[in-house]
Amino acid sequence: MGISSTNNETAPISTANPTRKRTLENHQGPPEGLPEEPLVVIEPNGGWSALDLRDLWAYRELLYFLTWRDVKVRYKQTELGIAWAIIQPLFTMLVFTLFFGRLAGVPSDNVPYPIFAFTGLLAWTFFSNAITTSGNSLVGSAHLITKVYFPRMIIPGAAVAAGLVDFAIAFVILVLLMIYYGVGFTWSMLMFPVMVLLTTLLALGTGMWLSALNVKYRDVRFALPFMVQLWMYLSPIIYPTSFLPAKLRSLLLLNPMTGIIEGYRSSLFGRPFNWIALAVSAVITLLLLIYSSYAFRRMEKSFADIV
Amino acid sequence: MKPIVRATNLGKQYIIGTRDAAYDTLRESITQAVRAPLQRLKHGNGKRNTDTIWALKDASFDVQPGEVVGIIGSNGAGKSTLLKVLSRITEPTTGRVELYGRIASLLEVGTGFHPELTGRENIYLNGAILGMKKTEIDSKFDQIVDFSELEKFLDTPVKRYSSGMYMRLAFAVAAHLEPEILIVDEVLAVGDAQFQKKCLGKMSDVATEGRTVLFVSHNMSAVKTLCNRTIWVDRGEIKEIGETRQVVMDFLRGASPNLVEQTWPDPATAPGNERIRILSARLQSLSEDEKQEISSETPFQLEFEFWNYSCDREVNFTMHLFTIEGTYVLATSSKVGPRQRGLIKEVIKIPAHFLNDGIYSVSIQAVEDGVSVYMHSQILNFEVYDAEQAGGYFFGKWPGIVRPRLEWESPNLI
Repeated sequence: MGISSTNNETAPISTANPTRKRTLENHQGPPEGLPEEPLVVIEPNGGWSALDLRDLWAYRELLYFLTWRDVKVRYKQTELGIAWAIIQPLFTMLVFTLFFGRLAGVPSDNVPYPIFAFTGLLAWTFFSNAITTSGNSLVGSAHLITKVYFPRMIIPGAAVAAGLVDFAIAFVILVLLMIYYGVGFTWSMLMFPVMVLLTTLLALGTGMWLSALNVKYRDVRFALPFMVQLWMYLSPIIYPTSFLPAKLRSLLLLNPMTGIIEGYRSSLFGRPFNWIALAVSAVITLLLLIYSSYAFRRMEKSFADIV
Repeated sequence: MKPIVRATNLGKQYIIGTRDAAYDTLRESITQAVRAPLQRLKHGNGKRNTDTIWALKDASFDVQPGEVVGIIGSNGAGKSTLLKVLSRITEPTTGRVELYGRIASLLEVGTGFHPELTGRENIYLNGAILGMKKTEIDSKFDQIVDFSELEKFLDTPVKRYSSGMYMRLAFAVAAHLEPEILIVDEVLAVGDAQFQKKCLGKMSDVATEGRTVLFVSHNMSAVKTLCNRTIWVDRGEIKEIGETRQVVMDFLRGASPNLVEQTWPDPATAPGNERIRILSARLQSLSEDEKQEISSETPFQLEFEFWNYSCDREVNFTMHLFTIEGTYVLATSSKVGPRQRGLIKEVIKIPAHFLNDGIYSVSIQAVEDGVSVYMHSQILNFEVYDAEQAGGYFFGKWPGIVRPRLEWESPNLI
């Protein structure tokens, strides 16, 4: 604020940004004026290297195209096409309702069991498909990795994003079910997008790390389906957490999907949120995302050599 | 001028053997981790990773904006590693590269093509993978389709394309990339002759547009046509950088040394078969001054000795002459008729002022009763030197394969 009035007489650009003027002058020089600083420097980068967000941003269209390709290709030459995105969770829900809801009498927190299960399954189907496809995505894209440069994170990223499309389609069924069972609008529904975001980030963190690991250790491919199955039983999909003894319940909180799936139900059915569970999930998700993006960057360098 | 690409002391080391091989499993990794310290104990402080290989070592070079630089070398010399480092696919072990422009690499045509997607869809996908923006693809879409000549098949999945159509579409996309620096690997060696010609044409368009291009090829005539400067990579190191013609010549000379005489004194083990065997092949200068060096002004002869097993057949010999780049220069045949049994000799005289300077390779073929009975390829290699920089005011390589002195009439010469 102490700038004297003389500054007001000069052109605002030159006072605001003297460096900008200099670069402009440079461009009037030789026609093929090369930038002062190299656009890209390639050199060995031992150990950890920072996340290059600018590079990722520059390749955002590739993320879009790879996602689009995954969605497009997934249901090519299938008779039912994109309907498979609905069939998967819908039929699992029917089976679960019959066996767990009716026969075993698993409680569902006063929500009709079908929509209780479907909500969990919707989130879970998205999450498990996302980590499975992104976990295998790098190995499946070996032909790209060895032939052309782009930020490798885009590959598992696109696999997760493609899962979101399926999620959106299956979500329509959930809406229909909710109308059928007469679930009314509540303000907590505004939390629903937050839940989707958390699931996406968790899937991204897990999928990215697994995909990088898979490049070097093909064991991942075999461990993944098995891990996904175990993880499902450890998440409150078939049962509500209230179904478990208190001791187990707090242990289950360490599974970030617990807070998230409960969060989905709270947001849709107007039940109170378990903020502690949600906070634990959010923190774990964030830590995992940070860890796996750095781990990914570290392993990324050798992808082309070992894939 | 300031370079657009500056590479300094670039090196890439690979570990060969089991340790970093593809598909290692967690278990192997764990056993290795347990075993490694034990091994280190056993072998003292010696380095464990003796089984490493430098695919690229200490490579330094600059490329000026607008230059088209060829990269040549025999298979496994490190050309591909160099390209992979430059195009950021793999990270160098040592050194540094500075790039002062947008770079795109074309190590393969059709990278990322998906067989299930249509031609139209693949143009977008492939373009995006190669680094084009969507708006850029939109604006060039018609040109790409024109170039590929596939407008009728745009909405057909590419898995139904013939391999030729696939290549055409792939190259069409690649040809419309417009980075400031373009890295191209042996992508022209695909498709039919006509399409190859079109690709080469497009490449030279790119070259004249002032784009900077790094071009790897085994096709020496393509390198000679397109590149101003050439880098010769040999066993991971840069052996020579310089003017294309010189580097290509040195490379070819290194690849096939002068071979002006070969003899096999014992007919029993000499190359050939039960009809005919070759005992010797020799290049002989016919110049007065006893110098063995052949120039475009030196007449010389090729002498062959054979061991002939039959005297009742119509025999003749054909000599095939090739340039070292593989261009077929000529074929010439001896008189046809029975030859005596035993040692026979055939001589071909090659006049002065006939072959241009360059490296040539000779193959000899024996024919009996009109049937080829034996063919020996590259029996001799020789170089014709440039006799005179006396082509008037012309310096540099005289074009063409032959260099005859033809009669000119210039009646209006003052």
